[in-house]
Amino acid sequence: MTATFFAIQALNGLQFGLILFLIAAGLTLVFGVMDFINLAHGVQYMVGAYLVAAFSAWTGSFGWGLILALPTALAFGLLLEILIFRHLYDRDHLDQVLATFGVILFLNQGVKFVWGAAPLSVPVPEILSGSVVIMDGLLYPVYRIAIIAAGLLVAALLYVVVSHTRVGMLVRAGASNAPMVSALGVNIRRLFMIVFGFGAMLAGFAGAMVAPILSVQPGMGDNILILAFVVIVIGGIGSIRGAFLAALLIGLVDTLGRSFAPNLLRLVLDPSAASQTGRALAPMLIYIFMAAVLFFRPSGLFPAKR
Amino acid sequence: MPTAARLDLVPVAIFAVFAAAPFLASASGAEGYVLSLLTRVMIFGIAAMALDLILGYGALVSFGHAAFFGIGAYAVGILASHGVEDALVQVPVALAASAFFAAVTGAISLRTKGVYFIMITLAFAQMLYFLASSLAAYGGDDGLTLPARSLVAGSDFLENDYALYGATLACLLGAYILLRAVVASRFGRVLRGTKENITRMEAIGFQPFSFQLTAYVISGMIAGLAGCLLANQAEFVSPAFMTWQRSGELIFMVVLGGLGSLHGAIIGAAAFLLMEEFLPEILHAAGFFLNDDLRWRLTENWQMVFGPILILIVLFARGGIVGLLRRGHHD
Repeated sequence: MTATFFAIQALNGLQFGLILFLIAAGLTLVFGVMDFINLAHGVQYMVGAYLVAAFSAWTGSFGWGLILALPTALAFGLLLEILIFRHLYDRDHLDQVLATFGVILFLNQGVKFVWGAAPLSVPVPEILSGSVVIMDGLLYPVYRIAIIAAGLLVAALLYVVVSHTRVGMLVRAGASNAPMVSALGVNIRRLFMIVFGFGAMLAGFAGAMVAPILSVQPGMGDNILILAFVVIVIGGIGSIRGAFLAALLIGLVDTLGRSFAPNLLRLVLDPSAASQTGRALAPMLIYIFMAAVLFFRPSGLFPAKR
Repeated sequence: MPTAARLDLVPVAIFAVFAAAPFLASASGAEGYVLSLLTRVMIFGIAAMALDLILGYGALVSFGHAAFFGIGAYAVGILASHGVEDALVQVPVALAASAFFAAVTGAISLRTKGVYFIMITLAFAQMLYFLASSLAAYGGDDGLTLPARSLVAGSDFLENDYALYGATLACLLGAYILLRAVVASRFGRVLRGTKENITRMEAIGFQPFSFQLTAYVISGMIAGLAGCLLANQAEFVSPAFMTWQRSGELIFMVVLGGLGSLHGAIIGAAAFLLMEEFLPEILHAAGFFLNDDLRWRLTENWQMVFGPILILIVLFARGGIVGLLRRGHHD
């Protein structure tokens, strides 16, 4: 049983890691290129989930819901950028933390105001429901496989855009030295806006993808935001490659840690103490991991700035 | 200088108001409510001042200061559940635990700078939060109800709300005087120097690390004391005391009041908690022209108004409330 169980947990960890990557990708670029701490990135994930819930209820199909939710999430991100965030780029980090904290308070209540406090549920689309046998005795839900595939696809697209296009080159240049890029005649404000809008859309996409397997509720972005920050800090701020590796590591460490820490501890402790410590230790693992990484590499695994 | 003299009146006025408040509370008819609200204001004032020492004077943005709240509160809760109910034991244990946690995490966190420092302090606070949530013996997620407030040298006088208020006021005053002295000392000047220009401080022969770490430990211990008081005020201890949102609120209080002035942090804590308390009622009154359903929804979701207020304060009121007071006096 352990091999199958391990495979399932590893797939869950991979899926969780890819969702984290979708959120962290936008966050690390906004952070790296604009040196802007956006705590409100997590609520953009929540807004994506709410949008897909609302649109798929309206159209009656998850596919149409997703198609309508993505541009709306993009437009919403741009609206926030124009109204609030662009006034904060020149401020210090403290002001940015506070103002975006205000955005979190507002939007968490805003969705309650519009949709009520009760969690919404989104049905899994018909074609992607059910499970398939991946290997002997291993049934895995098709929808989760779809999330993994979508996550890998977006990661590949991002890699191509960031490494092999002109916009991507400017983004990378901006992450390593924004004033220099601006001095070379690039309209850095417009670049910021593009990066910000697409970052918001990616977070919204992540929220939309998990809407059918999680409950859509106010505050759902708060904890995942902190995880996304852990990811980009471990990966090195501004680095897409770092964010990808760190997201998968965090997804796997968290998921596997929660399922196996009590079992592993049983080797050295008696069963009741092992399950106690295991349950205490598992949620702390990623933070211990992060502290350890920062202890040895104070600017993450792949720092973009020199 | 007349301006400086008038500015020094602000902290005197703050403490005069807190000292006079219990007498007014007994006249108001709702003394239990007024006293508990003001006690909370003072407790958060202590924690916010502690944060101001490293944030306002040392430019160290700790995004995990609620952890010390938790350490102080759990020291009281855990010791009380084992029958050790005397504050003369609980408080020293809380201070020692806070100092230890601050020294260890500070030594690691201070290796990093800027954003990484913000995130690593957050990570340590999250570790503690999850640790507290998993302590099944002490209530886990649900928290722990205290059997009674702490004794002081065997006497249970803190059960009286006025006595708890007085004790909290004494702690607030003590913390203020101590921090004022720290800031004014040579140590405080070096700390401010590290905020201005860390390389220059190194160049003239100081080791910024040891000064910053000492400030971090002092700050953590004072915030831990606030945690002890909070446990006694709420008669309850829970992991919710140390969520990252709580750490964010503490930063907000300091900035709202005005960074680097100590008494600004007290004003900020008061403004924040009073706004949180009365905004729903203000909204209810202000929404008289709306229909009942909308009015109820607006009152219920008062944070929808609170969030934008926060954003506007950050965008337009630089220097916080103390900054506004100072500008008012500028002739």
